Amino acid sequence: MTNYIEKTLKDSLDAIGKVSILFLQTIYWTFHNLKTGRFAFGNLIEQMSRIGVDSLLMVAITGVSTGAVLVVQIGYQFAQMGAQSYVGGVVALSMARELAPILTSIVVAGRVGSAIAAELGTMKITEQIDALETMATNPVEYLVVPRFWGCTIMLFMLTIFTNVVGMIGGSIVAVNQIGLTLVSFRDSILHMLQIQDLMGGLIKATVFGSIIGVIGCYKGFTTEGGAEGVGQSTTSAVVVSIMLILAVNYFLTVGINNFCVAYLQ
Amino acid sequence: MIIASNVHKSFGPKKVLKGVNLKIYDGESLVILGPSGCGKSVLLKHIIGLMKPDSGQVIIDGEDITRFDQKRLDALRMRMGMLFQSAALFDSLNVEENIAFGLRRHTTLTHRAIHHLVSEKLELVGLPGTNFLMPSELSGGMRKRVGLARAIAMEPEIILYDEPTTGLDPIMTSAIDELHLSLKERLGVTSIVVTHDLKSAYRVCDRIALHYGGQIVEIGTREEIINSPNPVVQQFIRGEAQGPMTLL
Repeated sequence: MTNYIEKTLKDSLDAIGKVSILFLQTIYWTFHNLKTGRFAFGNLIEQMSRIGVDSLLMVAITGVSTGAVLVVQIGYQFAQMGAQSYVGGVVALSMARELAPILTSIVVAGRVGSAIAAELGTMKITEQIDALETMATNPVEYLVVPRFWGCTIMLFMLTIFTNVVGMIGGSIVAVNQIGLTLVSFRDSILHMLQIQDLMGGLIKATVFGSIIGVIGCYKGFTTEGGAEGVGQSTTSAVVVSIMLILAVNYFLTVGINNFCVAYLQ
Repeated sequence: MIIASNVHKSFGPKKVLKGVNLKIYDGESLVILGPSGCGKSVLLKHIIGLMKPDSGQVIIDGEDITRFDQKRLDALRMRMGMLFQSAALFDSLNVEENIAFGLRRHTTLTHRAIHHLVSEKLELVGLPGTNFLMPSELSGGMRKRVGLARAIAMEPEIILYDEPTTGLDPIMTSAIDELHLSLKERLGVTSIVVTHDLKSAYRVCDRIALHYGGQIVEIGTREEIINSPNPVVQQFIRGEAQGPMTLL
């Protein structure tokens, strides 16, 4: 038992170290290539399209459904208390601060994190990553940098999109089921939602995007064995990303709240 | 000249290389024979710097490459080409993009010049007009030949072949061997071929080394190997299941 705990702890620390090194190498190659004019913007745009544009439908469904369910859950209670005018604002705050970044990240981790791990894992076991190196190309520079920034930038954008569609979904239910007017729903949002609420959520989304990118790439690079190894990496990339996102979310929430209290109020 | 000096490598408890010593002269074609799983590919990966030995040196043109930083290693790799066992073509790129990969990243050649060079290499490996096929549309033999075209695209001085003829039919094997010999003749390249295909080995070799048990147990010309009194060598070249060489 002690051996098992010791081994698990050792493996976890080893993985944390390697992920940190991969992250630092990604940052290094980003600035290096920007400085030397070798940054592959074409690759980045291709990844942004695969990561972001192709996720739009799933994210839209998640956003609309979440906004709509939120209004159903709180709308009747608020109406009974005569607090209908707060429905829009509460929905917007919940979406902007927590639900949009978290749900978008979980959707993207499932769809994109797994795809990155599977793609790089397959490249690893079929010696394509070795082939890159033999052609004097650093795999972090060529494979990780565009995927990392693709995830980071697109999660920021997708979270804005989730916020918008979430509020659209919420407003449809609010008007048709709760009996609110569109104007009162909108006014409530404008009254309660502050720019720092939106920005806080977007900062979280950016951090979550970088977690998905770096974990997906790390799991791909450390794939061993054949198809089974690729399957394990794929699953592990999703599980580890989601666990990390949920853990980091707590600390980010505390940090952002403390910052807002200290500097913005 | 390439020298592997007392190279040791282990993966966990498994010792794969146990003090490999090998010299490869400029312009020669050395074939490394050995049973499957004995560490031949691992040795090749040490020579191109994809793996670092636990101890020992890999010396190329008088410099120990195990001490090279990434920049020097990349500069060395620009002088080398490698054909992988599985061809290792990039799935997401078409044939032309695969072959042109190194040219696009490391030269200032125009698109037209690169296209011309790629077509020339494809002609050389007997696959003209396949520029825009994806790797998934190629047969195993075609993939190997595209892999070879990619390995020679930068006109390297040293080419490493990892099982170049495995899985190919006899005619294709012969074609790859002839290509190997013509590259050697035309460009004077140094070749290291890892294989267990004896026929092919005899065709392309200047010298043959037998790798077994983590070491080079015999090295010499084709005739020297054929006439070697070493029972391990004799068992391998006769393809006998019984003998001092144990199956892995």
